[in-house]
Amino acid sequence: MSDMTESDHETIDEDKRDFVHIASGMMALGGAGAIGWMFVDQMNPAADTQAASSLEVDVSKVAEGGEIRVLIGGKPFFVRHRTAAEILSAQTTDVTKFPDPETDEERLRTLPDGSFNPAILVTSGSCTHLGCVPVGPGNNTGDYGGWYCPCHGSHYDTSGRIRKGPAPKNLPVPDYEYVSASVIRISL
Amino acid sequence: MSDHKSTYNPKSGFEKWMDRRLPLMRLAHDSFVDFPTPKNLNYWYTFGGILSFCLLTQILTGVVLAMHYTPSTDIAFASVERIMRDVPFGWLIRYIHANGASMFFLAVYIHMFRGLYYGSYKEPREVLWVLGCVIFLLMIATAFLGYMLPWGQMSFHGANVITGLFGAIPIVGEPIQTWLLGGPSIGNQTLQRFFSLHYLLPFMIAGVVILHIWALHVPGNSNPAGIDVKDVKKDTVPFHPYYTVKDGFAIVVFMILFSVVVFYFPAALGHTDNYIEANPLVTPAHIVPEWYMLPFYAILRAITFDLGPIDAKLLGVIAMFGAIALLFVLPWLDTSKVRSMRYRPTARYFFLGFVICGLTLGWCGAKNPDDALPFMTLSADQLVVDYTDVNGNPAQRFFDDYELAKQALEDQPASASATLGVKKGDAIRFIHLAQFMTLYYFAYFLLIVPALGLMERPKDEPDSIHKSVLKGKAKAPAPDGVAAE
Repeated sequence: MSDMTESDHETIDEDKRDFVHIASGMMALGGAGAIGWMFVDQMNPAADTQAASSLEVDVSKVAEGGEIRVLIGGKPFFVRHRTAAEILSAQTTDVTKFPDPETDEERLRTLPDGSFNPAILVTSGSCTHLGCVPVGPGNNTGDYGGWYCPCHGSHYDTSGRIRKGPAPKNLPVPDYEYVSASVIRISL
Repeated sequence: MSDHKSTYNPKSGFEKWMDRRLPLMRLAHDSFVDFPTPKNLNYWYTFGGILSFCLLTQILTGVVLAMHYTPSTDIAFASVERIMRDVPFGWLIRYIHANGASMFFLAVYIHMFRGLYYGSYKEPREVLWVLGCVIFLLMIATAFLGYMLPWGQMSFHGANVITGLFGAIPIVGEPIQTWLLGGPSIGNQTLQRFFSLHYLLPFMIAGVVILHIWALHVPGNSNPAGIDVKDVKKDTVPFHPYYTVKDGFAIVVFMILFSVVVFYFPAALGHTDNYIEANPLVTPAHIVPEWYMLPFYAILRAITFDLGPIDAKLLGVIAMFGAIALLFVLPWLDTSKVRSMRYRPTARYFFLGFVICGLTLGWCGAKNPDDALPFMTLSADQLVVDYTDVNGNPAQRFFDDYELAKQALEDQPASASATLGVKKGDAIRFIHLAQFMTLYYFAYFLLIVPALGLMERPKDEPDSIHKSVLKGKAKAPAPDGVAAE
């Protein structure tokens, strides 16, 4: 036996050893990566969290001149029933000089019959500056009658467009659609 | 020190039996009893022991609090209130834990400034310093995670702002943010993972502390004279009883300060907003982190300008993390071979400037950046009426008096869509101070420290530690028979 070992030592196949080392190393690395991915991916949104990422809202329940605030997956959204005067001021102002120019109609979605309902405005409820929640009808609507963010003084108009203050963008219009004339579905 | 021969002498049969199998007693004896320690360490060197005490306190009180706390958005806030009101001594344990975090950071900042002043990070202690920076980073993470758990308004919206920082990273930012939160925003799943990690990280800190002490015991302690031990017999004393007693005394003094805070000012360092349960629909008017994060928060907010393709928000995040990252590479930025600033006449003034810089950044972080500094208002605020003139161009009129401004507002026709606002007067504001101090912070590490080592002419260092101890006492009889210089 000892003789055989001696002779084996004399004829070590380095290439073969390298191959075995690299192959087994790669195998172990692949296994570690696969099991590691399981531990990384478990932190992503779970199925029930993802399933809760859309909500149907009956907009006919929102009183004129008022708004409701809904949370979808913890994110705030405003659904506002605008008065005739608020709609008028949102539609007639010249938008070209705004920090983030957008017409009022660009910020609305069509009803199932293809027409617009300018009375209902749906926007995100996070200030585009640092994510605070602006205050709206019933409190302080700011200089432009829309929303006012108390954190750093951003003023939004009745179309949710930024008019004054540090916020760089308009309140984003979320992904939503009218499933009937009075019900909208907001998705994240 | 690693070349120090073990002096452990097992006496009983059991000790001898054990020493051949697991020489734990030998390790403890060589590390904390007969470990040769420079004889000139002052009280700034006791903060390592104080920090061990802090870590132990936090782990002990934390484990107990976890027995009563419930990480669920429905009852987390109530379970903390239950700890405060119903659990026997719950109020005391929670106040020790909450204020213990502040005491921990107070001690770690002093410990770090001591290391900076006496050059403890320099060759051959670079790894020791880097491990310390790792501990500091883990402490910040642990404190941030723990602050979320009471589920108050500041917990929720503070965490919202900080996790939102990751959203500033281009392309991968938002997926990372969603991954951290486990959903589109902070929810129950976020609270649960924060609780789990808040429990885990202190044990990781404890692990790195062991490495930190190991890396300390290879080259041995640095010391205020900044020179190496040359003669173990003359330059050092055994750790026990000399430094066990000195550290013990310092810990007792520290515990007195700790107790004063816990028993007399337990809520002084907190925010009242955090006693309102978290509400995603209402944001507190003024979001501020805990005091120990304020300097870094000030750096984050000081960046209000874009730099090339990098926008201000991302640049602020880079600056904030960069401020911590610089600490890691400090041993390779410092070109001076002289460790202790006692013998660096110029560097010590820049170091003083750095201490002031750190404190000032903390002050800026606590204040509204747009507020004027005390006595720095140059002109008063004015009322301003914005309107559209007859030609359709935007125009402004300024007023000092509210009645006049209101009159002017009402005089404009509706088509002018006039609004009333405030134009802030000229002043030197906190944002300006924060920007200046941020500049100094980065200049200190990137310009001053590397340049000083090359340009400064240091004073003569003492020949040895025992001579530096006896210096100035030349006329007193040398206690150990060593001739004074």
